[in-house]
Amino acid sequence: MSERSDTSHGFGRVLVAVYAVFAIAASARSIYQLIAEVDVDTVVPYAMSAFSGVVYIAATCALATNHRRLAFLTIGIELVGVLTVGILTLVDSELFADQTVWSEFGRGYGFIPLVLPFAGLWWLMRTTEHTA
Amino acid sequence: MTDLVAYGIAILALMVAAFAGWHMYRNLDVGNPLFYAVSVLEIALLGLLIGSSIALGQTSRDVNGVLFISYLVTMVVIPPAAVLWGIAEKSRWGTGVVVVAMLTVAALSARLLGIWKGAYV
Repeated sequence: MSERSDTSHGFGRVLVAVYAVFAIAASARSIYQLIAEVDVDTVVPYAMSAFSGVVYIAATCALATNHRRLAFLTIGIELVGVLTVGILTLVDSELFADQTVWSEFGRGYGFIPLVLPFAGLWWLMRTTEHTA
Repeated sequence: MTDLVAYGIAILALMVAAFAGWHMYRNLDVGNPLFYAVSVLEIALLGLLIGSSIALGQTSRDVNGVLFISYLVTMVVIPPAAVLWGIAEKSRWGTGVVVVAMLTVAALSARLLGIWKGAYV
C-alpha cells in the first residue's frame, strides 16, 4: 500500500486525530450518562450518545488502519446520524431531554460533528483516486 | 480552581496551537522547539491535575467530582498522545495533529471551569 493511498497519512493524520477526540468525547459522555440515573425522559438521548460513541470509535479505527469499506460505512452512518438528530432536536426538543454530540447539528461542539463526515468522505474519495 | 487558572491554561494551549500552526504553515514536522512547547504545557497540566484534585478535596462547592477528574485526566493524556501520533508523520499534517490537540485542551479547560462552577450537570 503506497503512502498516498493510505487513509492514515498526510491530511488523514489530522482527520484521525479529530475523530479520536470525538470518539472519546461521545463515548465518555455516554458512559457518564449511563452511570448517572437513566429515567424515561432520557432513554433516547442516552442511547443516541452510546450509538454515536460506537460509530466514532469504529470510524477512528477504520481510518487509522486504512479499512476503507468500514470507514465509508461508519462515516455514512455518522452523516445520517448528525443530520437526523440535528433535525429531530429542532423539530421535537422533548424527544431529546439531554444533550448528545449530535444535538442541534453538534452546536455544543462548534458544529464540528456536522463538518467532520463531509471531510471524512472527501478524504476517502480523494485517497481512492490515488489508489487507482 | 479559578478563572485565572482555567483561562491561563487555555491561553497557554492556544499559544502552543498558534506555534504549531506556524510550523504547519511553514510545512515543518514536529521538531524540538514544538516538542518543548508541548512539554511546558504538559507540566502545567500535571500541575493543574494535582492542584485541582487537592482543591476538589477541600472545596465546599457542589462539584461533580467524577466528571471533574475525568476532564483533568483527559487533558493530561492528550498532549503526549498527540505528539506520538503526530511525530510519525513527517509533514505539516504531523504538526496539524498538535494544533487539533492544543485546541482540544483549550476547549476542555473552558469546560472544566464550567464543571467547577456547577454549570454542567
